[in-house]
Amino acid sequence: MSVWRRVACAVLLLVAGMSLAANVLAPGGYARQYREAADAAPSRAHWLGTDEIGRDRFARVLYGTRISLLLAPAAALLSTLMAALVGGVAGYLGGAWARGAMAVTDLFLSLPWLFLLITVRALMPLNVSPLVSVLVTFLILGLLGWTGAARVLCASAGSLRDSDFVRQARAAGIRGARLFWIHVTPNLKPVLLAQFWISIPVFILSEANLGILGLGVAEPMPSWGSLLKELEGLVSVGEEPWKFVPLILLVIVVTSFQILLSRQEEEAPA
Amino acid sequence: MLGQRMARHGLTILATALVGGLLAATLVRLAPGFDTDESELDPHLNSASIQALRHARLEQNNILRFYVHALEHAATGDLGTSISLGQPVSGLLKERMPLTLRLIGLGLLLSWVATLGLALSSAWLRVSAYDAFSTLVSGTLLCIPAAVLALLSVLWNVPGALAIAFIIFPRDYRYTRNLLAKAYSQPHIITARAKGLSELHILFWHVIPVAAPQMLAVAGVSVSLAIGAAIPVEALCGLPGIGQLAWQAALARDLPLLVNITLLVTLVTLLANCSADLIGHALRGEEA
Repeated sequence: MSVWRRVACAVLLLVAGMSLAANVLAPGGYARQYREAADAAPSRAHWLGTDEIGRDRFARVLYGTRISLLLAPAAALLSTLMAALVGGVAGYLGGAWARGAMAVTDLFLSLPWLFLLITVRALMPLNVSPLVSVLVTFLILGLLGWTGAARVLCASAGSLRDSDFVRQARAAGIRGARLFWIHVTPNLKPVLLAQFWISIPVFILSEANLGILGLGVAEPMPSWGSLLKELEGLVSVGEEPWKFVPLILLVIVVTSFQILLSRQEEEAPA
Repeated sequence: MLGQRMARHGLTILATALVGGLLAATLVRLAPGFDTDESELDPHLNSASIQALRHARLEQNNILRFYVHALEHAATGDLGTSISLGQPVSGLLKERMPLTLRLIGLGLLLSWVATLGLALSSAWLRVSAYDAFSTLVSGTLLCIPAAVLALLSVLWNVPGALAIAFIIFPRDYRYTRNLLAKAYSQPHIITARAKGLSELHILFWHVIPVAAPQMLAVAGVSVSLAIGAAIPVEALCGLPGIGQLAWQAALARDLPLLVNITLLVTLVTLLANCSADLIGHALRGEEA
């Protein structure tokens, strides 16, 4: 593992560890209001100051990071499983199945990603509880983000279908689902893993975009998207630089994922 | 051959638009809250009027009938009425289209000027520090959410088109740089160098022609990226274009407006991709 990858790994572990220890590091919680110190600058009591209704920004950053870092991989897992199911099975079956599956993926891919997200998010109820909004946001990401991965998996499964070991297994009398799960799926594992890792930063950025546009996680629950929405009220960059901390953290985390991802891309078969 | 390809693309666009429209209509029909109508709460309505309203909605329960009805109206230019704005959808689209087209066009132009400038100079100079610098710039921009770039453009008083260019540039640059690097690794480039051709001659006569069809495909995809980027840029910069309209429709759950914008965006994206494919095919045909 190169030095950069070690650093990226360490950064991700540190950020994830701090967000998991949010209860200890910020015992006040993300929703508690310090009304006497609304919109305050950083101080010993509030390391990153408070927002306009007096909530501790450091606590919100930690809890928001926890939500984004836990749910983006969950959404990535969901989308990878869907891609494996649709793309993998269609590629393995081939013929009309593969053509049909690819037509569906083409339909999804013909729409810009952010456009598709806001359209489908708008179809869901917007006035919901914060917890439901978190689940809806990441479920939509997971349920819509499988198409690109499905194309890759369809091609990979298609190439495995005619490989020697699958033919040999078929000649030995293994058929159908058993052949797929025991002989094809394990060989798709590197592609599945690569697709899983690729999806995580994409979903983190997508959630941030949705949050800034007011279609993401609902208040008072924090997420990177809702934290970045604060930048909307800034007059100049130098005025309150501590408001940029969530953005810097997001860039560091996504960059770390990209550095780790380059390894996954190298390991994934062409 | 080109005619066949065009016909195939035309059919694909038509089929995708029809199936996409049906899917969108189905989603609208199944969306929570479709069956409710706040006009029923009007105290001036008597029970007969409320029954008439419910009867009118019942006709929309059959998705296929609902879709065919919408298609018939669309064929006559009637795209329905926006729920939130109370104006005809076709009028709203016509009014806002020019600004979005200008924004996207300028954004694409700026992005491609930067992409080609950096990627070609990087490929030509072959200085690792320069390559690392351009990769670092594009990599950093890639890690910033599009909506944040739009917010920063407001903060720094930067035109919206430049914000769109910053959003799509890292994607364009990454693919273009990789395509040029791949083209440079071809055996005929080594032969050209061995024959003593200048680097500039190699770049323009042996590298770009090889990478051009795929670069055109990237250009087609970047149209889709630019349309996606227009949503946060227009919404957050206060620019009254199609992107802002889509965002407002999403917030107001204005489904007729949203479905029509979705269809429009699908058509534009497919047209851009098909045009890129056809031009790329024509270029390959000329080479062959």
